[in-house]
Amino acid sequence: MNYALLVLSAPVSGHGARTAVRFAQRAIARGHRIERVFFLDEGVSTGSQVAVFPQDEEDRLAPWIELARQHDVELVLCISSALKRGMLDAAEADRFDRPGPTAHPAFVISGLGQLVDAAASADRLLTFGG
Amino acid sequence: MNTAERKRSLVVMRHSPYGSSLARAGIDLALAMGAFEQDFDLLFMGSGVLQLLKDQDSRQLGSKNAGKTLSSLPLYELSAVYADAASLQAFGIGEEDLVLPVKLLDETQLAAFLNDCDHVISC
Repeated sequence: MNYALLVLSAPVSGHGARTAVRFAQRAIARGHRIERVFFLDEGVSTGSQVAVFPQDEEDRLAPWIELARQHDVELVLCISSALKRGMLDAAEADRFDRPGPTAHPAFVISGLGQLVDAAASADRLLTFGG
Repeated sequence: MNTAERKRSLVVMRHSPYGSSLARAGIDLALAMGAFEQDFDLLFMGSGVLQLLKDQDSRQLGSKNAGKTLSSLPLYELSAVYADAASLQAFGIGEEDLVLPVKLLDETQLAAFLNDCDHVISC
């Protein structure tokens, strides 16, 4: 089955983002396809490459990067949610004259059309958090 | 975009307009779905029905007026806007208090309605 995921909650609050990444890992292990994960609202902070978590807590970012790199899962941060929360890729940081990118390069920043598109082509769209 | 098999989505609005940014995200999503000419319906339930209230004044919060944005939805090819009758009743809100006409769903209709669509996107 072809899944698209929507993540609405931040990795620092609740367990929506963590459940989403674990779902994606298990679904892929069972032979399903995760086409795209779209991060909206507080969910966009999942893509932060500058956030620092305590050493005795699990790494929030690494499992997403692995999904993107090893399984070609497209990770998309909603541009309007991302910009307001200081989540910028190199192009946006440059465009708005900010010191540097804050989003990890495994994530792309794009519009809600990417969610609409994923919903149109996926067999199932699952929402996490919110 | 896959147009071979057209899917019907339901966007469910469950959050109050100014308590968090989720309501705004849901409205933006609805507007995007309208702009991309998707086949979708909009359902307000729980605290989400508060987004539909007339005479919202969000200026002192420095936020955009949710009611005003929602009242522009009929401009899109949206078949109808639905609301959970029980949620409106719980907040003491009548249909005349809303920024746009809605179709009310009771508990039985709500279950069937959620079951009938291909995707449920809950904000």
